[in-house]
Amino acid sequence: MAKISLIVNGNPVNANVDPRTLLVQFLRENLRLTGTHVGCDTSQCGACVVHLDGKAVKSCTTLAVMADGHEVRTIEGLAADGAPLHPMQEAFREHHGLQCGFCTPGMIMTAVDLVHRKGNDLSDHVIREELEGNLCRCTGYQNIVTSIAAGAKAMAKSDLA
Amino acid sequence: MYEFKYHRPATVRQAANLLVKNEDAKVIAGGHTLVPVMKQRLASPPHLVDLSHIDGLDGIEMKGRSLVIGATARHAAVATSAVVGEAIPALAELAGMIGDPAVRHKGTIGGSLANNDPTADYPAAVLALGATIVTNKRRLKAEEFFQGLFTTALESDEIITKVMFPVPKKAAYIKFRNQASRYALVGVFVAKRPSDVRVAVTGAGSDGVFRAESFEEALKKRFSHKVLDGVSVPAEGLNSDLHGSAEYRAHLIGVLTRRAVEAATAK
Repeated sequence: MAKISLIVNGNPVNANVDPRTLLVQFLRENLRLTGTHVGCDTSQCGACVVHLDGKAVKSCTTLAVMADGHEVRTIEGLAADGAPLHPMQEAFREHHGLQCGFCTPGMIMTAVDLVHRKGNDLSDHVIREELEGNLCRCTGYQNIVTSIAAGAKAMAKSDLA
Repeated sequence: MYEFKYHRPATVRQAANLLVKNEDAKVIAGGHTLVPVMKQRLASPPHLVDLSHIDGLDGIEMKGRSLVIGATARHAAVATSAVVGEAIPALAELAGMIGDPAVRHKGTIGGSLANNDPTADYPAAVLALGATIVTNKRRLKAEEFFQGLFTTALESDEIITKVMFPVPKKAAYIKFRNQASRYALVGVFVAKRPSDVRVAVTGAGSDGVFRAESFEEALKKRFSHKVLDGVSVPAEGLNSDLHGSAEYRAHLIGVLTRRAVEAATAK
């Protein structure tokens, strides 16, 4: 077992884990943060995307021990419980950027990272290129792209990053 | 995944000692090749030595006429580095084409080279630019470093610390992606260097990255896509699979080399 200490959604977490525990397993099974999903389990689909030190990563391809000493943010960390949704979440709701919803947490975490890197005014082309690592198998991408463009603009006027 | 012990050394020396002490240990940095392979149980190292917390191993800087990139520099850092963009823009573009944004936040140049996947992008740049791979023990020229599929000159306790790229006059990388995996079905890196021209091909060779010498000879006389008319590479030794025959890949190498020369000339 290995001792790890990290910050998850702003809260310090200490745990003893088997080194082969994936970060996504640790989040879902130890911390019960089940908003982060396991889709393909082969780093292709992006359902497991979380932020590690502020950058989007695939938590199914990251070991929990590698996050020791670092900061993790999951979909649950975007907005406080009961508080208004994060602007990117709100945009997905408003523009119907999901159907079954399985890929949505990863889509949103990727989209927020994209806004942090490329700003609030995103062209459809840039959004589609940047979604290379996130797969949706039901709606097609039209409304997801619309949601991200709108959410990016809304983030400029929001206190939530 | 099978059990293993995780080590997080603070220096290259500590890391090397761990490799000496634990014979079957594997080095990990971004983990974006090794973790999937371990999940599939194709690898089961009893020890993992994580290089990603060693200070100063991910630097990017110019040293004289060379661009020096530290082994644990992430693909995203190389893709967006102003230093790389200024010195070898083709290399920044190549790094920005690897995987997807999340993968680029984790994957490292040292990991890509040490793994030497026959469809990886970096090996083409390293071979075409004539880079030097610096380890904790020695310096290796690109042509002696790559030794076939997933095989390099690295010894079991040897760690890549940095890669030194001499700055070319012109360069470009063109990749033709497999539509499903998005890996290079064929990728061609062309570099016009002060002394010669090199054309390195990834994705196509059954023995990994290689140089297309017939194209190099033609381009040495004049660096223009026009001199490539009627010049080809043999299909022998190229991969043939459900994604494309060896003949198709040979054809693609010609097409992509022309495009890369045009792109390099336009820069």
